[in-house]
Amino acid sequence: MILVYIEVREGKVKKASLEVLSEAKRRANELGQEVFAVLVGHGLESLAPKVSQYGAKKVIALDNPLLSSYSPSGYAHALAWLCQELAPEVIFFTATSMGKDLAPRLAAQLGVSLASDCIQTAVKDGNLEVKRPIYAGKAFATFRFKSSPIMATLRPNVFPLGTPVDGQGDAEKRDVAVPEDQVRDRVDEVFKEEGAELDVTEAEIIVSGGRGLKGPENFDVLRELTGILPHSAVGASRSAVDAGWIDHQHQVGQTGKTVSPNLYMAFGISGAIQHLAGMSSSKVIVAVNKDAEAPIFKVADFGIVGDLFQVLPPLKEELKKVLSE
Amino acid sequence: MNIFVFVKRVPDTESKIRINHETNSIDEEGLKFVLNPYDEYAMEEALRIREAKGGKVTVLSVGTEESTVVLKKCLAMGADEAVLIKEDTPELYDGLRTAKIIAHAMKTKFADYNLLLFGKQAVGADNAQVPVMVAALLGLPQINVVTKLEIEGNTAVAHREIEGASEKVNTPLPAVISAQKGLNEPRYETLKGIMMAKRKEIPVLTLQNLGLDESSLVSQLELVKLESPSARQAGTVIEDEPETAAKRMVEFLRNEAKVV
Ligand SMILES: Cc1cc2nc3c(=O)[nH]c(=O)nc-3n(C[C@H](O)[C@H](O)[C@H](O)COP(=O)(O)OP(=O)(O)OC[C@H]3O[C@@H](n4cnc5c(N)ncnc54)[C@H](O)[C@@H]3O)c2cc1C
Ligand SMILES: Cc1cc2nc3c(=O)[nH]c(=O)nc-3n(C[C@H](O)[C@H](O)[C@H](O)COP(=O)(O)OP(=O)(O)OC[C@H]3O[C@@H](n4cnc5c(N)ncnc54)[C@H](O)[C@@H]3O)c2cc1C
Repeated sequence: MILVYIEVREGKVKKASLEVLSEAKRRANELGQEVFAVLVGHGLESLAPKVSQYGAKKVIALDNPLLSSYSPSGYAHALAWLCQELAPEVIFFTATSMGKDLAPRLAAQLGVSLASDCIQTAVKDGNLEVKRPIYAGKAFATFRFKSSPIMATLRPNVFPLGTPVDGQGDAEKRDVAVPEDQVRDRVDEVFKEEGAELDVTEAEIIVSGGRGLKGPENFDVLRELTGILPHSAVGASRSAVDAGWIDHQHQVGQTGKTVSPNLYMAFGISGAIQHLAGMSSSKVIVAVNKDAEAPIFKVADFGIVGDLFQVLPPLKEELKKVLSE
Repeated sequence: MNIFVFVKRVPDTESKIRINHETNSIDEEGLKFVLNPYDEYAMEEALRIREAKGGKVTVLSVGTEESTVVLKKCLAMGADEAVLIKEDTPELYDGLRTAKIIAHAMKTKFADYNLLLFGKQAVGADNAQVPVMVAALLGLPQINVVTKLEIEGNTAVAHREIEGASEKVNTPLPAVISAQKGLNEPRYETLKGIMMAKRKEIPVLTLQNLGLDESSLVSQLELVKLESPSARQAGTVIEDEPETAAKRMVEFLRNEAKVV
């Protein structure tokens, strides 16, 4: 069985988890296995039908009031308990902030290794293989597993979502015992970043600015673009972040976030190796830079040599025009 | 406050990575190695806590003899003690191995600690696993990817970064905390610090010293293949009047790339 951890934030199932579930289903078909999904929290069983649409034979909601807010120890404890009973062959998580926090804890508890942030899975000679970037995407490593269960986290926005089909699986709520001392690292409070609709790792389009933007106020011009482009977010180079123009949550690159959106738009970003490491797996890249020699043009599918301040206004108007068609 | 900071020697982020296909490994020749950038934040935070609350800062690295260089840097920044756990096998990208070694050392050699500070991720293997795995193996609470930390009595109050928000967590010590960019601005080594670090002995522990059996550390990941990313083809680059250029870019996005 392949077990998929389904992440819930603010009462909603994360799209990235459904991507992982879809990928699990594809591999399960090849391996001749079933897919189970597991939710952890309190009162989440109503989400089960949505999850089973993506191919889970069974959706288990592990329940305890102590788990109503996230705690890595508590959640890992609950999952370890379930794993003992189900003995899954494979466990998949999303490589989101929660998955990256939780999967290694569970792996260590189960005494198995973990492949982080995978971008491809495959079955070769009956064995599951995963591919993951190392050195921030400057190389790729393919791994096989010698242990069971196999554990991996899968990068968001990489794996295609399956087609939802109604009424596929069963749902089951299970009460799980959690000792008080297992929720010592429970989240007390969540502070949302002002105006941040989407995180760069979740966006389908990223409009990114660098030192060429000259000042914080010009990020508002990029925000006007994200205002009209669906599922988009504002990104930034480290120089822009270090200058204090925008919060480091937005930083893309080797010491920022690794992103693979459908479209990455770079304005006034030179394309330093550390920046490219974080975004060169984007499906399409476009760039505007006044320097024809800027390295960003080496990875861009379409580039404009010119002043971004002159290009942005007509670009916005043109985009508005085609988006309203 | 007895603080331990865990640091790794990693290739500089500027490095071009070359693969040696014969040995199926990364070619280390010509690579420049540095202290993992995130570990600098952990180191700085430890020093600030010591300055505010008193106590001792010990840095520990698992690695080859060459890791002494990054330990010396930490001593020069102001750490009180440094320890090297010698690991001579080639890197295999398995976080559990390193975590087991660290957890075992803490249990058997350094059982008296209040705070274990890590970087959130080592650039290179990029696993982001070791801190959390150590927490699990030692049964400690964890706060991962921290951008703000306060120690109040016997409690750590931290903000950890998540997608588009931050989570505030309160946890009793001892605990595992991993540092994210934004936590602080790491200081530079002082000349005096560098001189002192030069003279300072760094004790070396081996896996045998620790009573660790290689058979309990065998990696369960098997590296099948290493490959370089397929180079992106440079596309069209135009120079034109802003209106025309913008129009052509949008045409490209809509008709060729089909992304808007
Ligand atoms: C350990 C380490 C980690 C790092 N991690 C990251 C990381 O995660 N992410 C990251 O981004 N960087 C990172 N860097 C920094 C990186 O090396 C570069 O310094 C940084 O990416 C440069 O940012 P930039 O492109 O905005 O600025 P610059 O390199 O200064 O480029 C600005 C560009 O704007 C163009 N420009 C200026 N004015 C205009 C205009 N009016 N119209 C059009 N174009 C204009 C210029 O031609 C230039 O190409 C890291 C560095 C180190 C040492
Ligand atoms: C010299 C050497 C030999 C190795 N040999 C093997 C082997 O034979 N088989 C195998 O499976 N694995 C081996 N490993 C382990 C593996 O290659 C990685 O180092 C391990 O997965 C850590 O992952 P990471 O670097 O991605 O750390 P992450 O989990 O990304 O690191 C996060 C944080 O953990 C701490 N940390 C990580 N690594 C160390 C360290 N080495 N010392 C102190 N603190 C650390 C740092 O604070 C770091 O910021 C070896 C490691 C080293 C350094």
